[in-house]
Amino acid sequence: MTIPADPAPKLQDYAHPEKLVTTDWLADNLGADGLVVVESDEDVLLYDVGHIAGAVKVDWHLDLNDPVTRDYVGGEEFAELMSAKGISRDDTIVVYGDKSNWWAAYALWVFELFGHEDVRLLDGGRAKWQAEGREMTREKPQRERTDYPVVERQDAPIRAYKDDVLGFLGGQLVDVRSPQEYTGERTHMPDYPQEGTLRGGHIPTAKSVPWARAANDDETFKSRKELEAIYVDELSFDSSEPVIAYCRIGERSSHTWFVLTYLLGFDNVRNYDGSWTEWGNTVRVPVAQGEEPGEAPVGLTAGEGR
Amino acid sequence: MSAVPAALQEIADDFTELSGDNRLQLLLEFSDDLPELPERYADHPELLEPVPECQSPIFLITEVEGTGRDAEARLFFSAPPEAPTTRGFAGILAEGLNGLSVGEILDVPNDVTERMGLAEVVSALRLRGMAGMLARIKRQLREKAEIGPEEA
Repeated sequence: MTIPADPAPKLQDYAHPEKLVTTDWLADNLGADGLVVVESDEDVLLYDVGHIAGAVKVDWHLDLNDPVTRDYVGGEEFAELMSAKGISRDDTIVVYGDKSNWWAAYALWVFELFGHEDVRLLDGGRAKWQAEGREMTREKPQRERTDYPVVERQDAPIRAYKDDVLGFLGGQLVDVRSPQEYTGERTHMPDYPQEGTLRGGHIPTAKSVPWARAANDDETFKSRKELEAIYVDELSFDSSEPVIAYCRIGERSSHTWFVLTYLLGFDNVRNYDGSWTEWGNTVRVPVAQGEEPGEAPVGLTAGEGR
Repeated sequence: MSAVPAALQEIADDFTELSGDNRLQLLLEFSDDLPELPERYADHPELLEPVPECQSPIFLITEVEGTGRDAEARLFFSAPPEAPTTRGFAGILAEGLNGLSVGEILDVPNDVTERMGLAEVVSALRLRGMAGMLARIKRQLREKAEIGPEEA
């Protein structure tokens, strides 16, 4: 690792404390050699309104999604993006963003599809930095272009496709959307536009834990103990067994993926980014409605092949 | 008949003439310059209509002086500073349409929002919010100016 981890006591309880930094640590380390700060938000202009000095912007939709196929960019495009942003393969990246780091966690997850080794999140994200009255600027950094290598994306360890999920019913499947989306009452979060998903509900056997339960009001992550109470005690999830998390397009579930993988140390967590916008539009896949997880249809449970 | 009003066309031309990064800067200027709500609405946010097509919270209300297509239209918007893209869209519509007649605004082509070169800098997905605002403005104006569907 290029830059030493943040030694803040709060972080040390987590399974992988090196994956988080506090606002204090970031303020002290801004400008350090080998450290690049990346802002990633839902609102594409928010960075331009003011960002942490020296931070570069990565937009989930314009930079990380393939513009034609519903997929992430490939190795060539990713190398070009990172080079243009002035990021080297061995740099330490700290990502932060709005909405309790949803989009930051999503960007971090995509960076990890390409095996960028040292990517961390700023605990509390943009909101905490701002709430603490820390400096923000509109000045864009002039980072020198780098020569980031072309790396093949490795989806299998942390990304699940629809067919993987079909063979996983009855497994540790978690739906992180709002309760209304889970029951089928809505196809998008409350206050967001209803998008073109043809069926409402959830993937049978998925348990409901809205992603935001893992975040405090100040947008930092809850303590390890509080997180264990949710995912281990309440859900009875076993950290040595595989988990798949999903939401609507995979952004909120990146937050939960981060929590389970790095804060609680689950061995095998995948994010199903096709999520409800794929599942709810797919012909003949099973759907459950209402508050209960529901049953997997015969022949479609985890471990029965496929 | 559909036509883009001169003020809105001018804004569209400004955007399309700029390179990508500068387009975003211009959108930021519209966001920064979005007029504050007048007191009569600032104190009564419940009078404004939400626009759920936008990812971020935005509210709008129209006023019409008189009835029919020649009545003058006024537009008011409210969106928080954490939603600068949405504020930028509102700023464009405020500057491009405010003070025009109801008929002129109803004649604005619904796809005008796609003709400003914004899709490549904010993504087509986010642009849907701006189309949603325009649709709601038109509906309010039609109601308030008492214009039936056949005249619109």
